[in-house]
Amino acid sequence: MQYMLLIMGDEKLMNAATEVDDTGMSADYAAYNAALAKAGAIRGGERLRPTSATTSVRVRDKKAVVLDGPYTETQEQLGGFYIIDVPSLDEAIDWAKKCPAAQFGTIEVRPVWPTRRE
Amino acid sequence: MSDSGAAAQQSAERAAARVARESYGRLVAFLAARTRDVAGAEDALGEAFAAALRMWPVDGVPDNPDAWLLTVARRRQTDAIRRRQTRTAGEVHVKLIADEIEDASQAPDAIPDRRLALMFACAHPAIERGMRAPLILQTILGMTAEDISAAFLIPPATMGQRLVRAKARIKDAGIPFAIPDPEDLPERLEAVLDAVYAAFTKGWSEIGDEVVPAMADEALWLGRLIVSLLPAEPEAKGMLALMLYAESRRAARRDATGAYVPLEQQDTSLWDDSSIRLAEALLREANRAGPTGRYQLEAAIQSAHTARRLAGQDNWRAIVALYDHLLARTHSPVVVLNRAVALAERDGPAAALLAVDILDGDRRMQSYQPYWAAIGHLRGRAGDKEGAIAALTAAIGLTADPAVRVYLHARIAALRDG
Repeated sequence: MQYMLLIMGDEKLMNAATEVDDTGMSADYAAYNAALAKAGAIRGGERLRPTSATTSVRVRDKKAVVLDGPYTETQEQLGGFYIIDVPSLDEAIDWAKKCPAAQFGTIEVRPVWPTRRE
Repeated sequence: MSDSGAAAQQSAERAAARVARESYGRLVAFLAARTRDVAGAEDALGEAFAAALRMWPVDGVPDNPDAWLLTVARRRQTDAIRRRQTRTAGEVHVKLIADEIEDASQAPDAIPDRRLALMFACAHPAIERGMRAPLILQTILGMTAEDISAAFLIPPATMGQRLVRAKARIKDAGIPFAIPDPEDLPERLEAVLDAVYAAFTKGWSEIGDEVVPAMADEALWLGRLIVSLLPAEPEAKGMLALMLYAESRRAARRDATGAYVPLEQQDTSLWDDSSIRLAEALLREANRAGPTGRYQLEAAIQSAHTARRLAGQDNWRAIVALYDHLLARTHSPVVVLNRAVALAERDGPAAALLAVDILDGDRRMQSYQPYWAAIGHLRGRAGDKEGAIAALTAAIGLTADPAVRVYLHARIAALRDG
């Protein structure tokens, strides 16, 4: 099954992380990504720019409303995501536990709703 | 029909129902593990199970119950697919289950027992804690939402909805049907045992309703099933022993007028020796390498109480020591309370009241009837008559059990007279 790991945390903390190099990746994430790749579990994933760079769009009465900022202001923001392919929720939870952000934020594990026929 | 004839028939009915439940649970577990679709497996077998519950007590149990259920289920499934001409997403699952039933009925003797895997799925940490026991009772034993709701004091419709949602969650979240790895097993097994024990205590503490003593029996049966499927796990044996100790005292818990009788005043001749012997043997086996978990410690405390009554000599020192271990492991306020009651026997009521002081600000305890009953008991022994009456009155206000109410009123009356 495919799962999306949503990395939720206080982005002020995430942005203040000191070990970040030019590409925006810490050594911990590099190691985590390597482990995911070695297990053949990774299908995709990216780090996201902070919510200050977010634009929200919705269409109402055929008119687009464009707003700066996220849909809702929350304590924890989405900082990045992974898409992994593993046999069951247990393996997905194991990978979520190993994600560096699990130490200070929350990893939300969401099953991907399959919409394409393979 | 004579009374003994009626009793014999009732026992035959129960035996037939037991075989039907056993077979149904095994088949649901097998189909659910293959398809990850618990609700689909239940749907596919539901009519066959209902027919078995109706027919087997009258016609007798068939030679191969699994094959019987599969044959009836297969016929229903084929009809259902034939009836449904439109291709829908749901039909894929119906077809999937139908194929599995078809395969299984080719070799009904080779169906593996996946009930343990199903129990681990039902008690998965991703399932809401309060729904784990109801899920196990429904999927493994085929109990209806209505029967379960009576014991869990939840309206039947609400219980039904929650069960449906929990099963959808097992499927959609991809909760595995598997025995966890050795490193996760102790924690995951504890969740399964907690769920079964929760079902047992529902059947134990509440009285008055017909379905509720049956719940304790079902929990005992599940306990035996887990021990038989995981014979190397001491905690499973510990929990079964703990339930059997409680069960052995069922007849002694109420006096002739129906009033509650506390453990230390029970007529020990009413205790069921065969349950006690079974519990002692299980506990001995479990503790071979030293007690390793909460249930073994709680069972050991019950064993010490039993020994105290049977040998007629006091071993409060050992009981307090066991509570110390249990407290270090669980940090539960209920254990603090029970330990204090034992401590009163060893060191006197003043020491015990000092030990429960830390519960004073605990909000869970404020509305916990046994807390106020114990405080009342301790204050009474310490000579604080007014304080005792106040605490016992608080306990009366918190109990739903008439037998406990009668007992508490008698305590207050005794304090007033004394």
